[in-house]
Amino acid sequence: MPKCKYDWPEAGQRKLIGKRFNRVDGPAKSSGQAKYSYDVNRPGMLYGKIVGSPYAHAKIKSIDTAEAEKLPGVKVHIIQNVGQEIFWAGDEILIVAAPTEEVARDAARRVKIEFDVLPHLVHEEDLSKVGDRGKPTAEQKSGDPAAAFNAPDTVISEGFYGSQVITHCCLEAHGQVTEWSDQNLQVWASTQNVSGIPGEFAQALNVPATNVRVLTPNMGGGFGSKFGADRWGTECAKFSREVGKPIKLMLERDGELMVAGARPSHFAKVRVAAKKDGTITAWESESWSTGGPQGSGMPPIPYVLTGIPNQVKRHTSVATNIGPARAWRAPNHPQAAVLTICALDDLAAKLNMGPMEFFDKNAGLTGDRGAVYRQELKKAAELSEWKKLWHPRGDKTPGHVKRGLGVSIHTWGGRGHNSKCNVTINPDGSVEVALGSQDLGTGTRTIIAIAAAETFGLQIPDIKVNIGDSAFPPSGASGGSTTVGGVSTATRRGTTDALDQLFAAVAPSLGATPEQLEAVDGKIQVKGDSSKSLTWKQACAKLGLKPIKVQGANPGPCNLGSSGVGGAQVADVSVDTETGIVKINKMVAVQDCGLILDMKTAESQCYGALIMGITYSLFEEKVMDHATGRMLNPNMEFYKLAGIGDIGELVVHMMTGPGYDERGVIGLGEPPVISPGAAISNAVANAIGARVPTIPITPDKVLAAVAKGGIA
Amino acid sequence: MSRKRDRKPASNAAVSRRDFLKGAGVAVSGGLIAGEHAAAAPPDAKTPILGPGAVPVTLRINGKPQKLNIEPRVTLLDALRNYLDITGAKKVCDRATCGACTVILDGKPVYACNVLAIEAQGKDIQTIEGLATGGKLHPVSAAFVEHDAQQCGFCTPGFVMAVKAFLDRHPTPSMEDVEKGLGGNLCRCGTYAGIRHAALDAAKALKGGKAHA
Repeated sequence: MPKCKYDWPEAGQRKLIGKRFNRVDGPAKSSGQAKYSYDVNRPGMLYGKIVGSPYAHAKIKSIDTAEAEKLPGVKVHIIQNVGQEIFWAGDEILIVAAPTEEVARDAARRVKIEFDVLPHLVHEEDLSKVGDRGKPTAEQKSGDPAAAFNAPDTVISEGFYGSQVITHCCLEAHGQVTEWSDQNLQVWASTQNVSGIPGEFAQALNVPATNVRVLTPNMGGGFGSKFGADRWGTECAKFSREVGKPIKLMLERDGELMVAGARPSHFAKVRVAAKKDGTITAWESESWSTGGPQGSGMPPIPYVLTGIPNQVKRHTSVATNIGPARAWRAPNHPQAAVLTICALDDLAAKLNMGPMEFFDKNAGLTGDRGAVYRQELKKAAELSEWKKLWHPRGDKTPGHVKRGLGVSIHTWGGRGHNSKCNVTINPDGSVEVALGSQDLGTGTRTIIAIAAAETFGLQIPDIKVNIGDSAFPPSGASGGSTTVGGVSTATRRGTTDALDQLFAAVAPSLGATPEQLEAVDGKIQVKGDSSKSLTWKQACAKLGLKPIKVQGANPGPCNLGSSGVGGAQVADVSVDTETGIVKINKMVAVQDCGLILDMKTAESQCYGALIMGITYSLFEEKVMDHATGRMLNPNMEFYKLAGIGDIGELVVHMMTGPGYDERGVIGLGEPPVISPGAAISNAVANAIGARVPTIPITPDKVLAAVAKGGIA
Repeated sequence: MSRKRDRKPASNAAVSRRDFLKGAGVAVSGGLIAGEHAAAAPPDAKTPILGPGAVPVTLRINGKPQKLNIEPRVTLLDALRNYLDITGAKKVCDRATCGACTVILDGKPVYACNVLAIEAQGKDIQTIEGLATGGKLHPVSAAFVEHDAQQCGFCTPGFVMAVKAFLDRHPTPSMEDVEKGLGGNLCRCGTYAGIRHAALDAAKALKGGKAHA
């Protein structure tokens, strides 16, 4: 069968793909030259500050901005007016703007807003106390769970598990600089969606979408929280138009943590059953969760092992006043992993089976990728020295510091999103790929350059990649691990077509047909005959004055990418049973993601995911105050992120080669961040011989678990 | 415990917000909050009272004097970013926790969000912009690139400055030293694995005669 016109090169033919490259924007970032939206200063620009609600649930009674407006140069823009109901603390009511940030802050403090305070709910861990805020969703049932739980020789494990609400805590706060020129709006936005948000601005500002341009040269973290223009974005643009000046409005750190996105909690009472040989037979769960005023649906449980034959699941969505949920890296998967993999780990312990053996035995329940999980579990066991270090529940060695190992597995889709790109080959030999994508820190520019350089037989610095501008061809939002699959495949198709045109232009001068040509090592040559060749520059000069301009697209002909990855992770922890402190000794991540373009930045995604995973497993939590309804830790002193000394040894292994590469490009951002919660929780249980039911696994919870039945 | 983050080497040169709020004895800043502190600690008669209006300020940034007219309450970070358009130092927590605004003041790393601009007068202020020489990356920046010690890059300039200052004082650090000495900077993307190696490699590069000022 002939190869499809668009394809990735075979393993032996790859010059760049899969090797280790530094990110192309690394020097700009590490020298402070990279500009972010937060860094944009425009002539005459005002600084905006949001005045938000101090109450979690209230109605606005009055707004008095007179004192604020007495300050020099202060302007006010109302977002929500008298009578409107507020559903979370920090929700933006108005914006003040002033020529300096200092005066803007003063003005914000002088605004007086009165409220009628309404009852709020900010805690949901105890379902019995949520009252009518809890809305049960329909029961889901498959097989005959009652019969399975009652079958003879069945071992049943029952427990309570859960995962806290966390925030995104992007280091670059949400926000933008807006500037009008005539009827045209320019927005420097910290966004994951350069091509998508101009339409939102256009609609809100009632101007044609062609009048809106969004620029995001670099952005300081999104993790799922920066897909939309946001009300503070569109209102900032309105305000800008009203005052005829550019306005910079970035959320303050407290606002960033209070209102700019929360990952829903998920709690569940879980019953699981297995035959004595370890074959899982039944699942029953009673789950509940909140994602703020909208509540939250059931997470995907049982997670990964979806093929458990007999299941019954009930879920309650709890509407709270904690602030709105936003997609958080691998939405609902880390929580589902905690509920599922921890429950199954407890079942394995009850069966007196090692979890590696147990998950290997049940890998078939993952669907058609059981063999992959078995390979990944084996590799993770090897890299974590599982055979040497693992022991049955409870570290029996003397001393108060107990060591344990835990494992988890995960899955994600990661198919490439819709993307177009402009490919230009200029007569002087310069090459540009331009598209309305964005780099969230994953290395988007780098993998586009690799895909283009591979096609053209050039090197990465030969390719100019332009992204972060909505004037370029539209490319999907960067979320759900869809970017690499979208932009690289569009680039491969576009550069392949552009190269065909170049071949057609130079073929006569090489005395060959276009089909006989190839682009290798900076030359265009007759296949297999390097004596008949032109340098890339010479070849491009044959274009005369006319550059080649081609548009590439994804989706398109031929499969250059696919979907569906797996991974296995092992956590190795030490737990101090006197202080309750958990220390990470080592984390092992084994991950597949199809064809890897840049091994270095791919590994970085996994390292970063492990570190984010350690953070949500041990440290971070959106702590809400029952009395006031406010977040108690909207700052970085008490909203705790792991530091450089908290992460232990990190080992990353990417599955590559036959069976993986031919799947084409698949995204990687989400999957490795899913397993740390379950793996670390299981490791702690292995160390102390008792389950800490919910993450984050803080010292108080560890001590409570030890007191309740662990090894003291 | 792991959460006990070691602060970066003590920044005696700068007035921390906490010390500042203690009020008395902080010569230059005494007048800034005179109204609030008058009862507790009357300002020294010899202490010049500045503000609350804008005052002329000269900052020596990367060797170059820069004249400004700013309110005394303006932080060094805001002076750099808002008044001088020097934006390498980032504003993230704005209360001396995360280190994204790290600059080097008279050889010591400080959180620029926690130093008043007026307090930085007469001192050498080195920012990330002053690190590269002759268009060549500083060895610390180069090591960050090589070890991919950056993702979104928003913590990176602060981290690079923290590593630079750390290595100036600890030219031959162990991995453990690196983990302790850089505990004052936070990253959300999770680039610490690369930063650990970058710091160790930069130490070697700096000793190998490739050191910059």
